[in-house]
Amino acid sequence: MITLTHVCKTYKVSKRDAGFSSAFKALFHKEYEYVTALDDVSFTISDGEMVGYIGPNGAGKSSTIKILSGILTPEKGTCLINGLIPWKNRIEHVKNIGVVFGQRTQLWWDVPVLDSFELLKEIYRIDGHAYRQNLEQLSEMLNLSGLLKMPVRQLSLGQRMRCEIAASLLHSPKILFLDEPTIGLDAVSKLAVRDFVLKLNKEKNTTVILTTHDMQDIEALTNRIILIGKGRLLLDGTINDIKDGYDSTEEALAAFYRRHNI
Amino acid sequence: MRKYIAFFRLRFSMGLQYRAAALAGIVTQFVWGTMEILMFRAFYQADAAAFPMSFQSTCAYVWMQQAFLALFMAWMMENEIFDSIVNGNISYELCRPINVYNMWFSRSLANRLSKALLRSVPILLVAAFLPAPYGLMRPASFSAFLLFLITLLLGLGVTVAFCMLVYMVSFFTISSVGVRMVAVSVVEFFSGGTIPLPFFPEPVRQVLELLPFASMQNVPLRIYSGDLSGTPMRHAIFLQMFWLFALAALGRCLDVLAMKKITIQGG
Repeated sequence: MITLTHVCKTYKVSKRDAGFSSAFKALFHKEYEYVTALDDVSFTISDGEMVGYIGPNGAGKSSTIKILSGILTPEKGTCLINGLIPWKNRIEHVKNIGVVFGQRTQLWWDVPVLDSFELLKEIYRIDGHAYRQNLEQLSEMLNLSGLLKMPVRQLSLGQRMRCEIAASLLHSPKILFLDEPTIGLDAVSKLAVRDFVLKLNKEKNTTVILTTHDMQDIEALTNRIILIGKGRLLLDGTINDIKDGYDSTEEALAAFYRRHNI
Repeated sequence: MRKYIAFFRLRFSMGLQYRAAALAGIVTQFVWGTMEILMFRAFYQADAAAFPMSFQSTCAYVWMQQAFLALFMAWMMENEIFDSIVNGNISYELCRPINVYNMWFSRSLANRLSKALLRSVPILLVAAFLPAPYGLMRPASFSAFLLFLITLLLGLGVTVAFCMLVYMVSFFTISSVGVRMVAVSVVEFFSGGTIPLPFFPEPVRQVLELLPFASMQNVPLRIYSGDLSGTPMRHAIFLQMFWLFALAALGRCLDVLAMKKITIQGG
């Protein structure tokens, strides 16, 4: 169970005009601006639910994921995930979650994928039996068998992504955060990842929170969507709530963004 | 503890696979050591009595320094750690049930040990077979050798603990280049990397020997070459332990502070 109540987060951003003279001025007087990333966001997600977390660029999606995974501390508001406050009980909390950041990598670059997996096994203290079982299952579902012995630097983006997802699930987390997991993937890999996430949710009842710009991801995976824009929660419902006459979800979403001026 | 050992193992085995880098390192260190000894030889020929260490001891110091360079050189910090702070891959490390300071500490230890293991053996072998004053003499006694090994590890600990401070400070700055540059030059000069500490003028030396930098390579190298023994040696070992503890404690404080204010920028 995930509850987020009245969460606010602002970032301090340094700002200046382009060019040499303003760069020189900034040496003596720096100007900062406070940007609101999250403004009074509240929602509840129950166990085993699959939720699409969407919004335009810079809406605060990644910030939310970072707060939920204990990396970021909000200024105001509370967040409780299975009874723990992520940023206060970081180490306890992260044992039960898996995170995939589509734009970053957690695998060690110069060594075979399996070496990274073995390290995770020790970090999460997965016992040998459970580890082998999970690894077998994951490599079958994500079709990894040929990849595990290859150094990460020699994998393609899609191959690496599948390994990243497997790496985040080795310790059988109860909650999985996927931050743009299908970014840059080809059609086959995309479908494989979607199928896998569906199966995972069905068979292991894993709670999945997914941020993406790919509406097909959302349509294939989730019933419920939470939509934010400029840090504010705008919609918590189903995909049909925004469809409103449009044939393509993409267009409907763009119209929604325009209507709310986000 | 087991997770940190796993970290150590992975970094260690990763370090072992860079064979070409090791070979290049060996050649560089060997040439560098030879040049340094030739330079010292010229000085000693002018007036050997003006030096606080015998020529033989200085040669042993130089060879040991070159062989174990990877353990003590501050510039051998891990770029991957700096990169992960700058590009945000650190967010993954924060999603693990693991303490960042301890993880990087064991990782740095492993990195330096694996590098030193690959490089030291050939250099030591060649240096041991060089003719008398130029080569690597045998240690004075077995106990001196044992003390050398112990202080070598303590010195490694102090070096890593110091580098950890630099990693931790880069959490608070946009670019770590400046801090790194200053730290590296300071360590190089004040630890006896450029010239051994006994070669400094007396009042300067007395101050330098109290600083953490003197607890790095200075102690083991001078114990091996027979320059440091008795009460001064005991003081030096005590100081090593003190600095290891103090630097690690400071690093942990910075770690706690960094974790509180950390923001990972970008999506």
